[in-house]
Amino acid sequence: MAANGNGNGKPPVLVVLQLTGGNDYFNTVIPYNDEHYFDSRPSLQIPQDRVLKLDDDLGFHPAMGPMKDIYESGDMAIIHGIGYANSPRSHFRSMDIWHTCEPDKVGTEGWLGRALREIDPNGENPVTGVNIGQALPRALVAPGVSVASVADLSTYGLLTSIEQQEQREQMLSRFANMYGPAVGTGQVMEYLGQTGLDALKGADILKVAPDKYESTVEYGASPIASKLRDIAQIHTADVGTRVFYCDYGSFDTHAAQATTHAKLWQDVSEAVQDFWDDLRENNADDNVVMIMFSEFGRRVRDNGSGTDHGAAGVGFAIGPSVKGGMYSEYPETRPEALEQGDLVPNQDYRGFYTTILENHLHLEAPPIVNGQFDAPGFLQTNGH
Amino acid sequence: MATREDIALMSHLMRRAGFGATRDEVERYCEIGYEQTVEMLIDSDSQPPVDEYTLYRYHPITEVPGGAAAPGQANWLYWMVTTQRPLEEKMALFWHHVFATGNAKVDNCNHLLDQIDMFRELGMANYRDLLLALAQDPAMIYWLDNNENHKHAPNENWGRELLELFSLGVGHYTETDVFECSRAFTGWTIDAKMPRYPYGRHPWKFSFRPEDHDQTEKTFLGRTGNFNGEDIIDIILDQEACPRFITRHLYNFFVADEPQVPAWNIEPPRNPEAIEALSKTLVDNNYDIKPVLREMFNSDYFKEAQYQKVKSPTEVVVGTLRVTKDMTGPDPRLEALGKEPGYMGQDILDPPSVEGWHTGREWINSGSLVKRVNFVADRVSNVELEGVRSMVDYVGSNGSTMSASDLVDRCLDIMGPLEVDQRTHDELVSHVSAGGDEVAVGSEDFQERATQTFALIASTREYQFG
Repeated sequence: MAANGNGNGKPPVLVVLQLTGGNDYFNTVIPYNDEHYFDSRPSLQIPQDRVLKLDDDLGFHPAMGPMKDIYESGDMAIIHGIGYANSPRSHFRSMDIWHTCEPDKVGTEGWLGRALREIDPNGENPVTGVNIGQALPRALVAPGVSVASVADLSTYGLLTSIEQQEQREQMLSRFANMYGPAVGTGQVMEYLGQTGLDALKGADILKVAPDKYESTVEYGASPIASKLRDIAQIHTADVGTRVFYCDYGSFDTHAAQATTHAKLWQDVSEAVQDFWDDLRENNADDNVVMIMFSEFGRRVRDNGSGTDHGAAGVGFAIGPSVKGGMYSEYPETRPEALEQGDLVPNQDYRGFYTTILENHLHLEAPPIVNGQFDAPGFLQTNGH
Repeated sequence: MATREDIALMSHLMRRAGFGATRDEVERYCEIGYEQTVEMLIDSDSQPPVDEYTLYRYHPITEVPGGAAAPGQANWLYWMVTTQRPLEEKMALFWHHVFATGNAKVDNCNHLLDQIDMFRELGMANYRDLLLALAQDPAMIYWLDNNENHKHAPNENWGRELLELFSLGVGHYTETDVFECSRAFTGWTIDAKMPRYPYGRHPWKFSFRPEDHDQTEKTFLGRTGNFNGEDIIDIILDQEACPRFITRHLYNFFVADEPQVPAWNIEPPRNPEAIEALSKTLVDNNYDIKPVLREMFNSDYFKEAQYQKVKSPTEVVVGTLRVTKDMTGPDPRLEALGKEPGYMGQDILDPPSVEGWHTGREWINSGSLVKRVNFVADRVSNVELEGVRSMVDYVGSNGSTMSASDLVDRCLDIMGPLEVDQRTHDELVSHVSAGGDEVAVGSEDFQERATQTFALIASTREYQFG
C-alpha cells in the first residue's frame, strides 16, 4: 500500500530516536528574550550571546550547532509544547504513555508494533522493524509482530559465543535443519520452527549490511553515533526495514545539568548530522524521516544544579520531506501560567504520531494512536 | 540407584517447583524419595532463608531506595539464584504472574520488593490471608488506584481486577458487583500521600480511613449488608468460581500451558477433572494452599507433564545460572544479569499490564528466541564454569572412548534428561560425527565436542520447554 509518497517510489522509512530520561526543553529550545527564563534559571541559564538563535525569540542550546545547521537547511520541524494532560512525572509511566498511546490506563500494545502489523501483516520480512539496543521498547511490541533487536550489529546473530567461524557456520546449518518444517509435531512446535527460521533469516539478512556499506562519513565515538551508524548500514543495505528504533540518555539531569546536558546534546547533534550526511552520500535519504522525543520536559525553575521532572517537552522531525520550521506554540512561561511549576503541554503527542503515520507511513492513524488528534502539518504530502 | 525415569521425574519436579537442579542435587533428592522431596519443598521453613545481608554488604546499591525497576530486579534475581527454598521463591513468582504489579506506574521498587516478600511469607499459606494482605499492600493500592477510591467518588480499578484477575475471572460477576465491591473498599488507602517532589520519596503504608469509607448498604453477589473489604473477600471465597480460578492458575503455571487468561471463560481447562479435584481440596482445607500443592505435585498428570510448558524467561535465566553455577552469590554482574529476563520479554517487577504476561508460546518471538538461545549457549559452552565441567565429566564417565551417538545421548541426558525428535537427534549426531565417529574421552577434542553439543541442544525447539 505504502510504496508511494516520498522518495522516488521507495517505501517510507521511519527512524525513532528516543531521548531517555526527560530532556530539559527549556534549555534545549531557549526563549532567549524572556525574563521568566532568566528568572527561573539562576544556575542553568544560557547567556543570550551563547544561544544559537533560530529566530527573534528562540534559539538552541550552544551544544546543538549541527542541529541548527539542519534547521537552517529547512529539513527540521520543531514541535513545541508536546505532551499530554496530567503528566505523572514518572519516567516509567510517562514512557509507557508515549509507547502505548494510553494515557489513562496501562496499555500492552505499542504504537509502532501496530504500525508494523499494518505494514507487514503476514510477518514476511523478519527485519521490517529493527531495534538497536538491548531491550525491546514497548513501542515496538504487539502480538504477532517480530522485531529484530540488535545490541550490536557487528556481533548480531545466533550462537555468537562459538568463536571459530567454521564451527559456527556448521552449527547454524544444523540449527536450520532442526527448525525446518515439522509437520504433525503440534502447533507450538510448528510455531517455534517458523520463529527459529525467521530469527536465522533475520540475522542472515542483517549480517550482510556491514559488508555492503561504504561511506566516507566518520562517526564520533558516542554510543548514539554507533547506533545511528548501525541504522545507516542496515538502511543502505536495502533489506526492507521500515521502522528503526534507538535511544540515548540519560537526560535525567537532576544534578550537574550544565555539563551533562551539553554533552548529551553534543553527542546527539553530531551523530544526527553524521547520519544524515551518510544517508545523503549513499543517496538513501529521500524516503527517511527521523523523529526525536523525550518522555517529558523538566521543571521550569532549576534546583541549583539541575532540574526535576516536568511536563511539556519538544519533538523534532528531520528529513528531506519535512517542511522545516516551528509548529504549535512555545508554552507560556509566566509563573501563573505554569502547572505545578511546569510548562503546560499544548500539542498532544498522538497528533505528532498521527502526522508521521498518515503523511509518511501512509497508515490510518486513529486505530494506532487510539483516537483523533490535532496533527501538525510538518510533512509534505505530495513528495517534494 | 536411581533409574533414568527417576532422574527425569525428579528433574521435572525441580524445574517446575524450583528453578532446576544440578545432577548431583537431583541424585540426592532421588535418595530421599519423590514424595519426601515434595514435602521438603512445601515445608520451606525447613531450609535456611536467603542471607540478604550478604547481598547488601556486597551490593550496597540493592539497599538504596529508588524508583527504577533495575535495582529491584537485581535483588530478586539474587534471591532466585541463591535460595535454598526453591518452591517458596517459585510461588512468589507465581503470585507475581497472577497479581501482576508494575514499576511502570508504582515507580518504587522498594514497595514492589515488599510485595514480593509478602508473597514469600504468605504465598504457600492461606489464600484468604493472602488476598487480604494484597488488598492492603501499598504497591497494589497505588497500582490499581484504590487511593483514589473515595466514599463520594468510587474508583473501580481495584474492585474490578480483584474479581476479574485475582479471584473469579470474567463471567462470574456483574458490573453492579464491580461497583458494589469497589464501594466496600473505599477508605482503604495509603499514608503518606505527600508529593514526591521536592523532598523525595516517602514510604507508604496501608491506612483505613473510616471517614472516607462508604458505610451504607451494598448488594454484592446476591448478598446485602454494610460490607467492608474483608466481607467482600469472604463472599468471594464462597463462590464456586474462586477455587477453580486459582487452581487453574496453579495448573497453568506448574503443570501445562493453558490458553491466555482472558479466554478462560470461553475455553474449558485442559484437564477439568484435575481442576475439580484441586478446587475441592482447596475448599476442604479452608483455602490453605499447601494441601493443593502437595496433591498437584504428587499427581499423575503432573508427573506426565514433562516438557509441556514453554519456559518463562525468568526460568531460562535463573535455571541456567543455577545449573552452570555461573552465579552463586554476590557477583559484579548482578545488575546486568537482573536485566536478562527483560531482554527475553519478562521484565520482572514491571509486567506489561495488570493482566501480567502472556505465557506459553507467546514468550517466543524471533528477537526473544535469539536472546534465549545465546544466553544459554554462551554458558553451557564455557568450560570455565564449575557446573559445565561437571556436565562434561558426566558425559565422559562411561568409558574411555565413545561414539558420536553415545556422546549426543549423554549430553541430552545431562541437559534434561531431554527427549528430542528423530530429526533433531540425527542433526546432533551428524554434527558430532563430522569430526570422526570415535571420541577419546578426556581429550580437548572431546571437551569441545561435548560443549558444542550442549550449545546446539540449548538452541533446539525442545529445549525451550521445561
